[in-house]
Amino acid sequence: MRSYASLVELRHLLETPGDLIVHAMGRSYGDSALYSRVLLSRRFNKILEFNPQTGRVTCEAGVTLADLIETFLPRGWFLSVVPGTKFISVGGAIASDVHGKNHHQQGCFSECVEAFSLILPDGQEVHVSRRKNRPLFLATCGGMGLTGVIATATLRLQPIPSAYMRETVLRCAKLQEIFELFEAHQDVPYSVAWIDCLASGEHLGRSILMMGDHAEDGPLQLSRPRPLNIPLELPSFVLNKHSVSFFNHLYYHGKLDQVVGRLTPLEDFFFPLDRISHWNRMYGRRGFTQYQLVLPQAASLTGLTEILKRISAAGLGSFLGVLKLFGQGNDNLLSFPLKGYSLAVDFKIESKLFPFLRELDRVVLDHGGRLYLTKDVRMSAETFRRGYPRWQEFALLRERHGLKAKFNSLQSLRLGV
Amino acid sequence: MNMLILGANSDLAQALARKFAQVERAHLTLASRDLGLLEKQGRDLEIRFQVKTRTVYFDATDFASHAGFYAGLDPKPDLVVLAFGYLGDQKKAQEDFGETRRIIAVNFIGAVSILEIIARDFEGRGHGCLIGISSVAGERGRQSNYVYGAAKGALAIYLGGLRNRLHPRGVRVLTVLPGFVATKMTEHLDLPGMLLATPEEVADDVYRAWKKGKEIVYTKGLWKWIMWIIKAIPEKVFKRLKL
Repeated sequence: MRSYASLVELRHLLETPGDLIVHAMGRSYGDSALYSRVLLSRRFNKILEFNPQTGRVTCEAGVTLADLIETFLPRGWFLSVVPGTKFISVGGAIASDVHGKNHHQQGCFSECVEAFSLILPDGQEVHVSRRKNRPLFLATCGGMGLTGVIATATLRLQPIPSAYMRETVLRCAKLQEIFELFEAHQDVPYSVAWIDCLASGEHLGRSILMMGDHAEDGPLQLSRPRPLNIPLELPSFVLNKHSVSFFNHLYYHGKLDQVVGRLTPLEDFFFPLDRISHWNRMYGRRGFTQYQLVLPQAASLTGLTEILKRISAAGLGSFLGVLKLFGQGNDNLLSFPLKGYSLAVDFKIESKLFPFLRELDRVVLDHGGRLYLTKDVRMSAETFRRGYPRWQEFALLRERHGLKAKFNSLQSLRLGV
Repeated sequence: MNMLILGANSDLAQALARKFAQVERAHLTLASRDLGLLEKQGRDLEIRFQVKTRTVYFDATDFASHAGFYAGLDPKPDLVVLAFGYLGDQKKAQEDFGETRRIIAVNFIGAVSILEIIARDFEGRGHGCLIGISSVAGERGRQSNYVYGAAKGALAIYLGGLRNRLHPRGVRVLTVLPGFVATKMTEHLDLPGMLLATPEEVADDVYRAWKKGKEIVYTKGLWKWIMWIIKAIPEKVFKRLKL
């Protein structure tokens, strides 16, 4: 493990023979930033340029979204795409081409990326944008750090009037109903649903839809709630079919039937889990994996019905089930989202989980879907290739720029890319 | 408040710069050898915290340059953080006196050279505060890093003397004794997570100690008790330990 704070240091590290992967905040759930040799980018974290007229910011890739929010929200600027945690780096956001609650309107993180610079194996710095070196742009956004080291990036922030959100919460009794609600509210900028993955029969797919937009007024100062902490790993038996089922029951019935236009602090709206340090300890010593899939919209209802049936029958789910209707996919070679429904479920690691997930893989592929590389720690090369038909283009580009010999992760070797 | 940071490119120094810029709106003079990195850091602090920064070349072991360096500062600082240091390699130091000399030159002689100049100014003005970063390694000699430990221990004694001398003039000296900190200096070491502090945690501790007017601060605070125990072990026993 070595870190760098300047391009000089980075180039020096790249000269050492052997392959490696860049590792920033370590928030990917799988093995995409793990390898026998990793370079830590977190000291490469300076904000270089900010234009208060246009909201354009240039920074080094180790800057975190939290840094950007803390710096610019009080001045009325906010990222136009944020995932469920702010503790990720700008480089990681590009490499995963992360999405957020507004994917159906704003697309992935790469939409707010104007340009970035990329360091190739020989230390050469290449300037990349949609127009300049376009193939590298399309491969790097969503390219899991396998196309070189993302050095600096220029992002476009959006102006916002308030650090608060207007939130609306609706309860839905079954899958069909939540689909209808998502589709009826596509004009609302942000939406996501919590889904009870253990509900079955007539309750299958019961969920709570949370939607919102930036409030028109209110202070720009961030509210700072006291962070909660899970100090110890819970014994792994704490989360089981019955406890989770019980929790889900309470959670579903506990929310008011309907909340309309409630004023919610922006950080609570976007990053509810960031308030709880070490929330992953809930899953016990063996930890958890997240399974995130997307299905084309036409196949979503039948596909998700089958997947939810299997999850509830296996009794493996946990309380973190998240459903979202994506907008159109983009041109990036390995970006995850495509027009349709995405489901993300946390599973506690246990031996019977992996055969079960292989069954789910088949269902996902049969419905024309795919899995999110950022969450993945176990899919097969076959599953990857069927889900990402442009993988060969990606592999070819890696070949052509000599990237395959320099940048590898446990995931890239497993997926054969 | 004008704050001077010597060795401003270290991870600890950067965390301290952010803390004081954010909370105290301190104007910062950043001094170090790598001006490129320094200017980048200065710009970053200006954008994040809307404070003024200035960068100056400073080499801790170029003793002859220190007087000129300090004379060139205008305005003079109210708060000085001495954050440069060199861990070195104990094994190498045992075989190569050049390494030993470098460890002592950076951590002790360089520090004394510049602090003596600053102390004279503070004494004359009857105003100012010095924060010196020593180390828990300086509290007891151990085979694994006694050269570094000796230099940092000497620095702590020196800071104590300075505090004693300057106290009547209303000048404060704060000695910081960090344990393990996750920085570039230690990233190649395998350190226990429980005892490992981030630079931000250290900066928070130092800021709190400065605010409260403390003389000595261990960070993490747990180290105070660990070192209390380690110092209590009789030398007869200690010499047999592998530490």
